[in-house]
Amino acid sequence: MKKENIITVNNLSAGYFLGKSKRMVFEQTSFAIAKGEFVGILGPNGAGKTTLFKLLLGLLKPISGEITVFGRKPQCDNDRIGYVPQHHSFDAELRIEALEIVKLGTSGKRLGFSLPAQSKKETKASLKALDIVGAQELAHRSLSTLSGGELQRIFLAQALVGNPQILLLDEPLASLDIRRESEFVKLIKDVATSQNITVLLIAHNINPLLSALDRVVYVANGHVAVGDPGDVLNSEALTKLYNSPVEVLRDSRGRFAIVGGEVGEEGAHHHEH
Amino acid sequence: MNISPAFSVNIFSDLQTIFKYDFMLHAFQAGTIVAVVAGFVGYFIVLRRSAFAAHALSHVGFTGAAGACLIGLNPIVGLLLFTMSGGLLMGLLGRKVASRDIQIGTVLAFMLGLGVLFISLYSGYATEAYSLLFGEILGISSSNVTVTLLAGILILIVLAIFYRPLLFTSLDEDVAEAKGLSVLGIGLIFMLLIAVATSIAVQVVGVLLIFALMVTPAAIAHRLASRPFDGIAISVLIAVFATWLGLFISFYLPYPVSFFITSIVFVIYILVRLISSIQCF
Repeated sequence: MKKENIITVNNLSAGYFLGKSKRMVFEQTSFAIAKGEFVGILGPNGAGKTTLFKLLLGLLKPISGEITVFGRKPQCDNDRIGYVPQHHSFDAELRIEALEIVKLGTSGKRLGFSLPAQSKKETKASLKALDIVGAQELAHRSLSTLSGGELQRIFLAQALVGNPQILLLDEPLASLDIRRESEFVKLIKDVATSQNITVLLIAHNINPLLSALDRVVYVANGHVAVGDPGDVLNSEALTKLYNSPVEVLRDSRGRFAIVGGEVGEEGAHHHEH
Repeated sequence: MNISPAFSVNIFSDLQTIFKYDFMLHAFQAGTIVAVVAGFVGYFIVLRRSAFAAHALSHVGFTGAAGACLIGLNPIVGLLLFTMSGGLLMGLLGRKVASRDIQIGTVLAFMLGLGVLFISLYSGYATEAYSLLFGEILGISSSNVTVTLLAGILILIVLAIFYRPLLFTSLDEDVAEAKGLSVLGIGLIFMLLIAVATSIAVQVVGVLLIFALMVTPAAIAHRLASRPFDGIAISVLIAVFATWLGLFISFYLPYPVSFFITSIVFVIYILVRLISSIQCF
């Protein structure tokens, strides 16, 4: 049985206007994501991975074409999407406790103060989200004392506290070492499976994701290639996408190494491991 | 002022003596309102790393106040007009601009220079400039207290309404925006709050010493509290304590109130830093 699509992208063209000049990030791009899928978004720096998230969140409007999320145009007040950006605006020295950050995910938009009963409910929901990501013991620790991996769990809990159906995670593995990378991917996979959440995860390196991935969206040169990791990440498909020779190597354990792709502004690009 | 009060050990009789004087009563009233507002707003200024922007706004206010004096208006009108326009401009340019020290510093120096020109053109030169730069809390009239109270209540109401969105956009701008909050809108509201808070705080500590009430108590609170609510409470308490104690001491000693307030806040800051650095070992 074919699964229901939760995200559809049809003939999408999108980009940024810088004064009179226009920088196109996507041109005539189409693909769809099914409910419950775990999708890795890959591609070189500046290819448009984060732009894709902005489009899905409704923070950037397409120039032409159509995007639907939950069957309608993306709206920026969508509580059914949990989002973890690549960068956070707070000071790394900040002594605010983790629970407060998670709570913002449930009540940050509301005006006024919470009444005691409401506040209790918010705390309970936030502690539950922390428990789901295995970080309940970090609830009262201040952010400045947390490691990169612990912080990622807090941000994940914040994204989960509103019971989202889609998780958009922008480079959550960037600050983690190799061992923590695979632990964190397993955690996301387990949470997503148990709660039936669709996950779109931007990463630089596909290898830690291999065990969890259903499909790959590879963004380069204004276009995307979508499919199983093996179908997208091969020399032929990437050469076509980059319009320049790209070689994909695989080791005995199925791990990828991508070499080449020296095109246009993007320059040399390769994936390690 | 030719009063020669004597300090007694009985604090209640001391306070009774102090409050016999209208100017002291007004100073305590306005000082308390300003301290509460500055402590509250200051918590978010430190959280958003906008301390220098807030400082710069007070200098812009100085020029406005000096200009108002020059054309015969109440300085508070010029203060409000200039700080609010400056605040709106900074808010519109966005938070990233608010942390650009060099550009802000350049504009700040120019505004201060312009203020000096206005003051020198104004015949009331020395005293007016002095009170704008360093505060003149002992010269607050009862109508000033009323204006301060109304402005203070307005700021606290707006802060109470936007408390959580302000916290959200301060801590995690991108997620807040994705959740549908207008980062620009909240930023503008906040800059306006700083503008009004600065304008009323100038009466107490003056434009040059605004840090003492708007930033230092909040910076101390950020070192002590890990929950925003506790942090705001500590920030307000420190600002109020320093203002009260500063006013109390100044009644008995012939030195400026702002000196005492800034010194008290500074001593608390140093003590807290020392204690927290000892705790690390």
